[in-house]
Amino acid sequence: MEKTIRKIFDKKHISRTISYLVVIGGFVAVQLLMNTVGIKSLFRSLLVPTCCYIVAALSLNLVVGVSGELSLGHAGFMSVGAFTGIIICGVLEPYLALNWLRLLIAIILGGVAAAIVGLLISIPVLKLQGDYLAIVTLAFCQIIKSLLNNIYLGIDSNGLHFSFIENRVSLIPGGKMLLSGPMGATATTRLATFTAGFLLILLSLLIIYNLTYSRYGRTIMAARDNRIAAESVGIHIRNTKMLAFVISACLAGMSGALFGLNYSTLQPAKFDFNLSILILVYVVLGGLGNITGTIIATLILYALPELLRGLQDYRMLIYSIILIVIMLITNNRKLKDKTDALIADIKARLPKKGSAAHD
Amino acid sequence: MTKLVQYPSGAYVLERDAYSTPVLETYHLGIDFGGLSAVNNFNIIVGPTEISGLIGPNGAGKTTVFNLLTKVYQPSKGTILVNGHDTSKMSTVDVNKAGVARTFQNIRLFDKMSVIDNVKVAMNNSMNYNPLHAIFRTPKYYKEEKRIHQKALELLDIFNMSDLAETTAGSLPYGAQRRLEIIRALATKPLLLLLDEPAAGMNPNETKELMETIRGIRDKFNIAIILIEHDMSLVMNICEGIAVLNYGRIIAKGTPKDIQNNPVVIEAYLGKPDQED
Ligand SMILES: Nc1ncnc2c1ncn2[C@@H]1O[C@H](COP(=O)(O)OP(=O)(O)O)[C@@H](O)[C@H]1O
Ligand SMILES: [Mg+2]
Repeated sequence: MEKTIRKIFDKKHISRTISYLVVIGGFVAVQLLMNTVGIKSLFRSLLVPTCCYIVAALSLNLVVGVSGELSLGHAGFMSVGAFTGIIICGVLEPYLALNWLRLLIAIILGGVAAAIVGLLISIPVLKLQGDYLAIVTLAFCQIIKSLLNNIYLGIDSNGLHFSFIENRVSLIPGGKMLLSGPMGATATTRLATFTAGFLLILLSLLIIYNLTYSRYGRTIMAARDNRIAAESVGIHIRNTKMLAFVISACLAGMSGALFGLNYSTLQPAKFDFNLSILILVYVVLGGLGNITGTIIATLILYALPELLRGLQDYRMLIYSIILIVIMLITNNRKLKDKTDALIADIKARLPKKGSAAHD
Repeated sequence: MTKLVQYPSGAYVLERDAYSTPVLETYHLGIDFGGLSAVNNFNIIVGPTEISGLIGPNGAGKTTVFNLLTKVYQPSKGTILVNGHDTSKMSTVDVNKAGVARTFQNIRLFDKMSVIDNVKVAMNNSMNYNPLHAIFRTPKYYKEEKRIHQKALELLDIFNMSDLAETTAGSLPYGAQRRLEIIRALATKPLLLLLDEPAAGMNPNETKELMETIRGIRDKFNIAIILIEHDMSLVMNICEGIAVLNYGRIIAKGTPKDIQNNPVVIEAYLGKPDQED
């Protein structure tokens, strides 16, 4: 018992403990508020999407931060997950009355679908070095959007009806359209709950942290830090990066499924390049590879402007400025050295704990 | 001291290695960079317990030879056999699995990772659990992680570095970084260890210590070592066979004694004095 507690709070794992505390604390606080003073409906409507964006950002961090590859199409995986989830739920609705079970199945299959797509993309791309992944994922996101813009899918007692480009789906009475081209999903039963979002964040944290503190985390970081050295000790770079990419896609798909089942209508255009960039901003701002930072950055950057309605129109502008400033700072030697020196200075002033063992 | 005998192929190896498969053979190995030949007709044979030296002026092509042996560069010509296996279709990863490990002239550690994690990465291929074990923290995960932790500590201990296990690799002093690179290479259980200027930047005391370490590695792990080095006393003291490279070609091969007195070698070194980089 004591050993477990020490392990939770030791230096190596303290950031993990903080992430869990932030998430659990946030959940408890919101639940308390809801059950006592009550919360405004605007705030309530933001709960599920916030959870989804946190999971999406966490999963992107696995690729961009931990694995060191730039991906510009993360919204594409959310889209795959979202519409897979919506279709699954639509199909299962007559047979399965339990809402939470339908939601669970939809989230799992949304994740599986996105993982498969991620695998198919990564096989050719990760063979190449350089920024190819960024280009291909960007294109992939556009392709998924265009595809979905042209898919018409309906269900009635005779089964599924499908047509491409033109809507030639005719349903017998009692049937319903699941996808209507550019209109997307128009009659989804809203199944998503805040608790599901909370659990999904916990699952993401579990997967990401457990993977990071394993042989896979070590090889992923080694491949990022020094490719040639990693290969020289027998690390297969492509397999290693592929694992990170597929797991990231899977989590993004799950977050997408939850997102899709939170609205009665959802257009494919929602998952566009802008959304991919938004999520990337959360990751970059939270600190590449920094999990707690990613969660907090998402909370501040997504939830805050939504709450302060006036700021919403300027959101993309503010994001762009922040992104440019961050890049300037991180790419400018002098500025970076100065910030580092400042941080070191602050650290030195803090009272020292324990012994400085190896210096 | 060292006695050379002839293989059927005509190459010379140490007497004690004469009846075992050479750990490394190269035939007519060469590479061109945009028409310029950096290494040409490079032929060596290294026995399984030999410490051999690869020397030559700056820019002679020594590091390039290591990059060819480990497939960082694809040879334009020639054949490389590792422990009798042709490596022409192998990648850098495969060559490591076949038994070749190396260090780098410009240290290439995983700087942001701890010392022990640097070693554990190199032991990755001997580990035996899949991602699901890691995600769900099964007993197998704990068992394997514990085993590898123990092994990595043992290896670090041999080189008196187990105290530094949790230190960030990038923050180690220079000498310790060089040592860690050697440990990391050994963690892959190689048959042949390639050391690219391991004494560079070390003071005479550290160099002397390193000399003992290198000999100790050969004796303890029973492997072959090829050493690129500028420090002549180091090379002459511990190498049993030496090849001298100049402008990408071998200009002399033999025991340290042969090399020391070889006029061609003396000319190559005096004719083109070392420019430190
Ligand atoms: N990737 C490369 N592209 C072009 N030329 C190279 C490359 N690598 C090495 N060379 C050239 O090959 C020659 C040998 O270099 P190197 O093997 O590093 O010498 P050494 O290690 O003996 O000092 C040098 O002239 C160098 O410029
Ligand atoms: Mg060199």
